[in-house]
Amino acid sequence: MIKVLKPGLATSVQDLGREGYYHLGIPPSGALDQYALSAANCLVGNPAGAAALECTLLGPELEFTVDALVAVSGAHMAARLDGVQMPHDTAFAVCAGQVLRFDFPKIGARTYIAVAGGIDVPLVLGSRSTYALGALGGYQGRRLAAGDELPIGEPSGQGKVGASLPMALRQALGGEIELRVVPGLYYDRLLPTAAKSFFAEPWTVGSEADRIGYRFKGGSALQFQPREQPFGAGSDPSNIVDSCYPIGSIQVPAGLEPIVLHRDAVSGGYAMIGTVISADLDLIGQMQPNQKAHFVEVSLEDALLARQHYKKKLKRMSELFLS
Amino acid sequence: MAEQTVFTPLPGTFYRRATPDSPPFVEVGAQVTSDTVIGLIEVMKQFSELTAGVAGTVSAFLVEDGDPVEPGQIVATLDCQ
Repeated sequence: MIKVLKPGLATSVQDLGREGYYHLGIPPSGALDQYALSAANCLVGNPAGAAALECTLLGPELEFTVDALVAVSGAHMAARLDGVQMPHDTAFAVCAGQVLRFDFPKIGARTYIAVAGGIDVPLVLGSRSTYALGALGGYQGRRLAAGDELPIGEPSGQGKVGASLPMALRQALGGEIELRVVPGLYYDRLLPTAAKSFFAEPWTVGSEADRIGYRFKGGSALQFQPREQPFGAGSDPSNIVDSCYPIGSIQVPAGLEPIVLHRDAVSGGYAMIGTVISADLDLIGQMQPNQKAHFVEVSLEDALLARQHYKKKLKRMSELFLS
Repeated sequence: MAEQTVFTPLPGTFYRRATPDSPPFVEVGAQVTSDTVIGLIEVMKQFSELTAGVAGTVSAFLVEDGDPVEPGQIVATLDCQ
């Protein structure tokens, strides 16, 4: 069992998410950085999609009541076991009674802590991921709180102390990020000048950015083509009647600040001007507030090719550790 | 007198007051204990209190009210006995 001494800012149980219920208003949830979650799991011999802890911006303080094999991937927050720094992207042994703490994030926003055997919370609609807005899944449907006791599953026995992610399979985090975007259903409703400035100007992550969406600031306001609003749509030209949003979808309420929806997204009534491609969604999950990004226009073909490359890299990683 | 720094572990927006109309939590020259709140960091729609961490006298703020901060950035300095 793992005792939560301090929960950190926003720590939750996540796996790869629950697909197939978004049409009922239940978004996929799951790790915002799916690659880092998979890496941490593979390092301790878990299936890539086992449930682990996603720790955002400020890490938790955890006491282990049993011996365990642990790995930390994603944002660099310097994991300290009873004060001693543990290597990143590398499996290490924890003895019963030891306490794991984290420094402030040097780079990236989300650290994933995997434990051999996984976090053994009940499956809800096929997943252990937390959807806090809907009080669903994870540990009692919410972020972790001090005093929580997390059960650990049965380890596969395939994990080894010292197992480490090869450099070629590690992620580059931080700096100015390029997010590739496929223009969306309502892209043609932007004035040409707005479509141009959206891609040309740098944008900065707002401090509100969370699992539901990432708000970007600092670029010019985006003007929409004037039109007579259809019945049921709001009066602002950025409004539409209603729609399902894809994960990664970009809305610009009142044309001011683009919001990229992420894995806890809602549905709604804003024009989708584009979608960040699936291969780049992990990058968003690792962006800190005030970090800069550029949106780069790509074709659907490019997006699908990038998805293929991403999936190959994931497969290579899991084959390396799980035979 | 040894100088100590107060850094923010969180990125976000730094505030020196609880609401726009409130007085600052502390002014330069104020005596603080390790638990004294010297500011707030707003991130992900949450406000987290930033405490002095050590006892001493506030000698300077290096970040203005409402400015963006990054993790590890020094927010204030203290003179300690």
